[in-house]
Formats: sequence, structure tokens, C-alpha cells
Amino acid sequence: MIKLKQILKNRFLIFLGLLAFYGIIQILLSTNILNDYYEINIVLMGINIILAVSLNLINGFTGQFSLGHAGFMSIGAYTSAIITYKLGLPFPLALLVGGVSAGIAGILIGIPSLRLKGDYLAITTLGFGEIIRVIFLNTEYVGGASGLSGIPKYTNWTWVFWMAVITVVLIRNFINSSYGRCCIAIREDETAAESMGINTTFYKTLAFTIGAFFAGIGGALYAHNFYIIQPETFNFMKSFDILTMVVLGGLGSITGSILSAIFLTFVYAVLQDYAALRMVIYSLLLIIVMLFRPEGLMGTKEFSLKKLFKKGEKSSEFTVN
Amino acid sequence: MSLLSIKDVSIDFGGIKALIDVNIELEKGSLTGLIGPNGAGKSTVFNIITGIYKPTSGKVIFDGKTISQKPYNNTKLGIARTFQNIRLFKNLTVLDNVKIAQHIHVQYGLFSSFLQYKKYLDGEKSQDKQAMDLLKIFNLDKHALNLAKNLPYGEQRRLEIARALATKPKLLLLDEPAAGMNPQETKELTDTIRFIRDKFDITILLIEHDMSLVMDLCEDIYVMNYGKIIAHGTPDEIKKNPEVIAAYLGEEDIDEKEILSIEGGA
Ligand SMILES: Nc1ncnc2c1ncn2[C@@H]1O[C@H](COP(=O)(O)OP(=O)(O)O)[C@@H](O)[C@H]1O
Ligand SMILES: [Mg+2]
Repeated sequence: MIKLKQILKNRFLIFLGLLAFYGIIQILLSTNILNDYYEINIVLMGINIILAVSLNLINGFTGQFSLGHAGFMSIGAYTSAIITYKLGLPFPLALLVGGVSAGIAGILIGIPSLRLKGDYLAITTLGFGEIIRVIFLNTEYVGGASGLSGIPKYTNWTWVFWMAVITVVLIRNFINSSYGRCCIAIREDETAAESMGINTTFYKTLAFTIGAFFAGIGGALYAHNFYIIQPETFNFMKSFDILTMVVLGGLGSITGSILSAIFLTFVYAVLQDYAALRMVIYSLLLIIVMLFRPEGLMGTKEFSLKKLFKKGEKSSEFTVN
Repeated sequence: MSLLSIKDVSIDFGGIKALIDVNIELEKGSLTGLIGPNGAGKSTVFNIITGIYKPTSGKVIFDGKTISQKPYNNTKLGIARTFQNIRLFKNLTVLDNVKIAQHIHVQYGLFSSFLQYKKYLDGEKSQDKQAMDLLKIFNLDKHALNLAKNLPYGEQRRLEIARALATKPKLLLLDEPAAGMNPQETKELTDTIRFIRDKFDITILLIEHDMSLVMDLCEDIYVMNYGKIIAHGTPDEIKKNPEVIAAYLGEEDIDEKEILSIEGGA
């Protein structure tokens, strides 16, 4: 068993590593060794990591097949844009409000629809995403079909990097807690979970809410990176993109989601001018994964430096997977 | 005072009367058997007690209160169970299976989960320790970090009992705990069940097909057939009951030895 001191030391080392990584990229960006094109895509990678990891909490860890992630993302995008652009309030507040309003939507959608299972839940969440989109489409205050343009650009490498770190750390910590284990138990066997004293409706809604909250933050970062948001940006294809990342990386693997978010953002960037080809490649990738590695690249396993270097010592923080 | 009373419980499944006026009383600290041919309604009784099924008529009183229709609330009241068809969290470790069942006693809040405060670390440590102590009783501690699905059949059954105990129940319901076990494993299981009844000071209701185990272990036996309680008494009384013998003779797939063991004594 590792002592508290050791745990604190490990955390400090991880923090230093992250700081160093952040600093190196920041230097490369500010000296223009990595130009604007790279910056946009690096920022997009960060946003996609937030979206994929938060969807994985719902689909991968809790086993509730949601197809509405772009809906939560759009709520975060629009509300945060209203906060900064319409009301002139500060960006951190916009991030928070974006996350919270998406989270509240998560509760409202979750309570009725999480009683449904499998296909029914997938269809309901898909419908929810479309309803949200149609609502924005018909709301003049946020520009209707042409959307909101002229949103101030606050999102940058610093914001995206640290928000992605916070998202990953908080979701990982949740997963490794007794509360997160309840969610995983639901995925494994709902009847058995219920018989162990777990209020399955509550924990499904909790996972849904946390996932929606971070999707909202992802949406807020997105809105303040591209000057413009339109209802079309958050259509079903966006949910499908995020789902692809989660399935490719492995349902139930946080590091899998991170790696595949980075990889697919890269593929997306390379194939930017060939939108149709991109869909073909996404679909082919999914088919190949389903045929040869249905559990995704990482399955439910996590990539860890410790295992890589075979340091031997067993962590006292038994990981869930 | 009895810990559990099932009062005139009946349940219909679209015309099929699975239970008809079932009455069962469990004294605190007792070890009771529930036997009967396949399809008699034994597992249905468990599903009623745990609130998975709602009785068409009648009621179930546990520890002075009417049970809830939400299974997780009944677990919180102190009812834990195993399943006839093992329902472990297969892809999780043996340790996590037990720790999930400890959740109703969790010592830290959601907030310290996110930030992994000292409260979280302490809570996890004490959960680990309690889980390992429990696994030791079932001789499963060496498998703590193995996946549940990789355990041999007999050990999976034992893990299900350990997991149920981790909820710290007052009443433990075991649905055919010896199914699929060999005689040696069954013998060990008998000892373990007796041990946990004494050590944890709980009440046990046991469904079993293996007659020798029930006769050996239980002080009190209920016999069911076609959804009805057809006999109730001590093992000796049950063995001599002509209705019970008839019920078992009527069952096609029962093997000779089981009938002999009813007639000939344990
Ligand atoms: N959910 C259900 N729907 C319909 N019939 C059921 C259901 N559960 C149990 N039954 C029926 O109730 C009867 C008793 O089943 P069960 O309690 O499993 O028997 P036992 O455990 O004694 O073998 C059987 O005829 C079974 O088909
Ligand atoms: Mg049964």
C-alpha cells in the first residue's frame, strides 16, 4: 500500500509533466513554429478530447447508449456565446454557465429517457439533439439558421489545455470512486446493481448530467474559437463524430478516447477538403474496428506510463478496469 | 419476533399463477430452507421479497416494515441476495465486485470523489480492507485482482455470497448456492454458510435442489409445489411427509438418489 506522501508526490510529478508539455506547445505556438493552422487543430483536439471523454462516461462506463452529445454541446455553445457576446460578461463565467445549462438539460432529458434501454434510449437522445437544433434554428435572438457570428475569440491553447486536463482528471477520479463504480456496475448488470442497493436511475442520470456538463464546456470552448456558431454545426453528424472517437478508442477507456480524439482530429484536418471522403474513411474505420477489435483500440484498459516502464510496484489505488 | 413475514402472497403472470397464498415466517437468526421441484415458484418468492416483482395480493413485512417496490431500498433495509443464474459484474475484478456492494455504506461524498481528498483516500482504504477481510472468509483473497469471469464456477458462486454480505444484510437470500458444485465443494459451502450465519449473526433463507445440503443445514424447511407451500417443518418432519415425497416423485428429472435421501434420512 502506497502512503499518502507517495500519492501526493505522484500527483505533483504528473502536474509537472503536464506543465512542461503545456509550456513546450505554448512556446512553439508563440514563436510561430506551429502556425495558425496547427493552432486551430491543436485546439480542436483539446475540445474533442473533452467531448469524447465526457461521452465515454455515459456510453462506455455507464453503458447508456446516447446519441445526443452534440445537443448538449450546442447548449453550452449558445448559452456561453450569449454570456460573452450578448451580455458582455467574462469568458470564465461563460464556460461555467455553458456547462451548467448543458448539465441541467442532462438532468431534464435523463430522468424520463434513462428508463428506456438500448435502442429506445439511442433514438430518444437522437431526437433530443434534433429538437435542440430546431429550437436554435427558430430562435431569432440567436440568429436562427444563420447562427451567431462575431463571437469574441477567447479560446486558445491555454484555456483548452487546462480545461481538457480538468475534464479528464475529474472524470477519471469519478470513475475510480464508489460513485463511479455504481455507474460501471449498471453497465455490467443492471439487475444485480439494483440488488446491491444501487439506485440505478439516479446513477444513470448522474453520469448523464456530468457528461452533459463537460459537453457544454466543450461547446463553449468551440463557440469562442470559431467566431460563428450555427445550428447546423451541431447536427447528428457531430454526435456521430464524437461517438466514433469513443468507440474507436474503446468504450470504457479514458486514455483510448484521448488517443482516438487526437487521431481522428488529425484525420479530419488532413481530409478537410474532402468531406465526403472523410465520412467514407470514418465509416470504414468503424467497420474495421468492429470486425477486428470490437472492444475498440484500448478496450476498457487504460494506457499508463507506469505499466510501460514496468516499475513493478502495485498502486494502492486499485484501478477499476 | 419474526424478521420476515410473507403474508398470503399471490402473483399472476398473465394468467399463470406462480404463487398462491404463500405464507412464510422467518425467525431472527434462523437458517431456513425453501425446496421444491423446478418451476414450483421458489425464485419467484425471492423476487417478491426483494421487490423485483410486485405481488398481485398479500404483503411482505421485513423488520416491522412493509417492503418497498424498489429493490435498492430493500437492500438498504437489510435484504441481500444471490441469483440462481450467477449475476456477477463479470468484467470487473473480484475486489470491485465486493466494493460495489459496499456502496450503500460509502464514507465519502461525491465532492471528495472528484477531488480525491484525504477523505476519499481513507474511505477507499477502509473499503479495501473490509473487502479483503470478507474475501478471506471465502478463500478468494488471492483472486482479488482477477476478473470475476475468470474464476471457476464454484468460486463465482462463493463470490456472489461474499458480494451479498458486503451490503451488511440482516437477511441473506441464497438461490441454489450449490448448483453445479461437486460434492467436495458442496461440503465446503455447507461449512461456510454455517460459519457466516454464526459470525455475521444473520438470518438466512436458502433455496436448494441438493437435498442433503438442506437437510444437513436447515432447522426449518418450507416445501413448495405448483406455487403453493405444501409442507413446513423440521427436516425430520419433511422427510416423512407423504405430500413432499409425492411432489418429488412427480418430478420427471429428479434422480433416484435425491428421493432416497429424502426417504432414508440425511
Ligand atoms: N417474469 C415472469 N414471467 C412469467 N412467468 C414467470 C416469471 N417468473 C417466473 N415465472 C413462472 O413462475 C413459475 C415459477 O418459477 P420460479 O420461481 O423460477 O421456479 P423455481 O425457482 O421454483 O424453479 C414458473 O412457471 C415460471 O415460468
Ligand atoms: Mg429457481
